[in-house]
Amino acid sequence: MISLKEVEHVALLGRLKLTEEEKKLYSKQLSDILEHARKLQDLDTANVPPTSHVLPLQNVFREDRTGEHMTTEKVLANAPDRQDDYFKVPRIL
Amino acid sequence: MELYYLTAHQLHDMLIKKEISAEEITRAVFGRIEAVEDKIRAYVTLTRETAERQAREVDKSIAAGEKISPLAGIPIAIKDNMCTAGVRTTCASKILYNFVPPYNATVIERLNEALSVMTGKTNMDEFAMGSSTENSAFFTTCNPWDTDRVPGGSSGGSAAAVAAGETIVALGSDTGGSIRQPASYCGVVGLKPTYGSVSRFGLVAYASSLDQIGPITRDVTDCALVFNAISGHDPQDSTSAPYDQPDYTSYLTGDIKGLKIGVPKEYMGEGIDPAVREVIRETVKVFSGLGAQVEETSLPHSEYALPAYYLLATAEASSNLARYDGVRYGYRYKEAEDIVDMFMKTRSEGFGAEVKRRIMLGTYALSAGYYDAFYNQALKVRTLIKGDFDQAFEKYDLLLSPVAPGPAFKRGEKIADPLQMYMVDICTLSINLAGIPAISLPGGFVNKLPVGLQLIGKPFGEGDILRAAYAFEQSGARCCKLNLLQV
Repeated sequence: MISLKEVEHVALLGRLKLTEEEKKLYSKQLSDILEHARKLQDLDTANVPPTSHVLPLQNVFREDRTGEHMTTEKVLANAPDRQDDYFKVPRIL
Repeated sequence: MELYYLTAHQLHDMLIKKEISAEEITRAVFGRIEAVEDKIRAYVTLTRETAERQAREVDKSIAAGEKISPLAGIPIAIKDNMCTAGVRTTCASKILYNFVPPYNATVIERLNEALSVMTGKTNMDEFAMGSSTENSAFFTTCNPWDTDRVPGGSSGGSAAAVAAGETIVALGSDTGGSIRQPASYCGVVGLKPTYGSVSRFGLVAYASSLDQIGPITRDVTDCALVFNAISGHDPQDSTSAPYDQPDYTSYLTGDIKGLKIGVPKEYMGEGIDPAVREVIRETVKVFSGLGAQVEETSLPHSEYALPAYYLLATAEASSNLARYDGVRYGYRYKEAEDIVDMFMKTRSEGFGAEVKRRIMLGTYALSAGYYDAFYNQALKVRTLIKGDFDQAFEKYDLLLSPVAPGPAFKRGEKIADPLQMYMVDICTLSINLAGIPAISLPGGFVNKLPVGLQLIGKPFGEGDILRAAYAFEQSGARCCKLNLLQV
């Protein structure tokens, strides 16, 4: 069972602010899903390597040369708030 | 038949014979959209003006005697998680409700080069997380076969648009079944290509090691044509595979004599509606009749695919979706006290329930103390699942199975229970874990609702899949033809 305290901890890690109702709901639903996922522990995988990616590609590099990049105006066009050529955010410190 | 119900290859033939113009095709499709979109709600954004302009360009090329590509002048609908320069791309999420990409996804660039005509951006489950489009932050799309039912998901808008005549072809994306399952529910063809065969550049990421873009079409020939246009190596996607790309239409011969097909028994078990199993058994007879050798086989680790998938997909999602913080684009909570408050309130108000649930699950699976037990164990199980397929493909050219446990379900039927909704993807998500290709094509009907059959291939084995799918379609043994939907 995932406790409410664990839910709060995970929500903070995921930068989510949950209502009390959401906390209760996710506590139950995540518990159910993880209970189902416990099935994976039945398998002996001591000698099985993990697969994070199916293609045998490694270290895909491109040539290191200068090219065109997006203009500042284009980059900032979707900004919720800006000042001059910067993204503007609430105070950090 | 009405223009909007024809296939891309039929329309192409008419275009080069100058029997119709591209502008007429586009007008016919938008006329159809006007007539039925109220009932179907397939589109988040329509791009009629640009579409008509693009169509007129194609007509000029034809008039000038230029040779046009098979997709020139063909209307195509794009799932709203692929970036389209200057056209809103929302992922059906409040957090991206106003996002206008400054660049095109590679697939869009390739379709533009082919002079296809984009009709608009289609509805989906928010960030492609779901199996019904009920998780769209905007509205739910209806299944054209029965508007009380879901079109499937997450590419439900694209599949419904193709089925209802609101476009000719479409693109979807598939992370655990999101092209194939809606194709099955809507009675159309959907291909989830081999991981790495279609560029993901400009596809908004859900689970990067599983996501793949693919075609949704009315027949197998159109599927091959769209796949020809969008596949191939892209230096802008480091997970794009360098490989020799054939002309996939060359596989559409109708000849499958001697093809070896395995039917995994785990995909025909208790969780599958008996009526769906019956449809699949009938399709087996058709393939045997066409000269294929079909027999039962086994993928022993199948039962572990669902938990492994949901841990891996959500872990990747929790990391991918960290970028939505209200700083550079999209929704921002305006009255925040400080920056952390802004992050948290922006994300809590911007994401819907399923997205938050998956971020929570993925964050949990990756967090200290649980990483080995859940995430790492799931990666190892992924190896075992992939091994099952490798072993099966030593003996068989293709595997055949249902796409989904049943036909389209009713709206609201599964939305309250996430685990029940996840079960809908039980026949499709192993394929994403293994990175291999699979097609959903109309296989029959259950209670007057279409049911798909799935053909699964080896890595980069789309040719064999299309060969068998085409032979099945051309045999006419089952009702593969699109019904004229009265909506």
